[in-house]
Amino acid sequence: MNKISNEKKVFKASIIISVILAIPMASASAMHIMEGFLPPVWCIAWGALCIPFVVKGFFSIKKKISENSKMLLLLAMCGAFTFVLSALKLPSVTGSCSHPTGVGLGTVLFGPSAMSVIGVIVLLFQSILLAHGGLTTLGANTFSMAIAGPFVAYGLYYLLKKMKVNISVAVFFAAFIGDLFTYCVTSLQLAAAFPDPNGGILVSAVKFLGVFAITQIPLAVSEGILTVIVYQGIKKYSRPELEALSAV
Amino acid sequence: MKLWQKNLLLFILVVLIAVIPLAFVEGEYGGSDGEAEALITEINTEYTPWASPLFEPASGEIESLLFALQAAIGAGIIGFGFGRLSAKYKASEKADGHR
Repeated sequence: MNKISNEKKVFKASIIISVILAIPMASASAMHIMEGFLPPVWCIAWGALCIPFVVKGFFSIKKKISENSKMLLLLAMCGAFTFVLSALKLPSVTGSCSHPTGVGLGTVLFGPSAMSVIGVIVLLFQSILLAHGGLTTLGANTFSMAIAGPFVAYGLYYLLKKMKVNISVAVFFAAFIGDLFTYCVTSLQLAAAFPDPNGGILVSAVKFLGVFAITQIPLAVSEGILTVIVYQGIKKYSRPELEALSAV
Repeated sequence: MKLWQKNLLLFILVVLIAVIPLAFVEGEYGGSDGEAEALITEINTEYTPWASPLFEPASGEIESLLFALQAAIGAGIIGFGFGRLSAKYKASEKADGHR
């Protein structure tokens, strides 16, 4: 009893902190945003916005792995999947390269909250050791890749499951949309920070989407397929755990 | 069709999706985050990054090494996971078979 009320207190506190930090910035609304390429105001705002999600995710993970030791292994595999996919620079039809996100598997198995924790860890590693992404832009990148993408992916997954769509198809589209939406959010984040001198945020958004969106489509397809492959493998060998996670 | 055969076909499809553009589309194949940086400076010509990475790989080769390491560590964990899951699965199948 005490533990639950403590967790709730921490969660509420994190929301308050996030709102306090974010309100002054409220004039607002892959590849990841590179170090130093987002003005400080935005860095803090996005970072603040992430806090409650990551906190909630932490508690959600804690709860899930305490139930079963195999869960920890599955969680590690989901994290590893994100690790692998975001390290791959894949060529695309537009003649440039980009990274898939790899968040689909963890989202489908553990839910979007858990994914925010896994995502932030992967992003931290990449920004510190690879100069890919950044520490200043960690909040923005976490929000797009570890929060927004997974939530949309999970929403679609849930919907498709309700519609009794074949589970592999549901997993594919969840991963596919999660990937695309992550980059859409990144485009919007950049557009909000760098509005076009003539056309404002909207024109900027279209320009940034132009850089990312088409390039991402074949990558998102590949990501969807890879997610389905690993999902099917886990389903075959670990079905009871999937059922416990209500992911099947 | 067995699971591993289906997975193999799917995997080949993924490889094709990556290889076909390389074979047929002319392009520099640089990263899209580099393009985004270029677009930022195009939109806001006065913007300069106010922070730089703590550690930057000394060259493209080192960067490739680190990416490869990241992928390898991740793949290793996934492989270990599947190995363990499959072993536990076989063990429990055997146990159930004797019941």
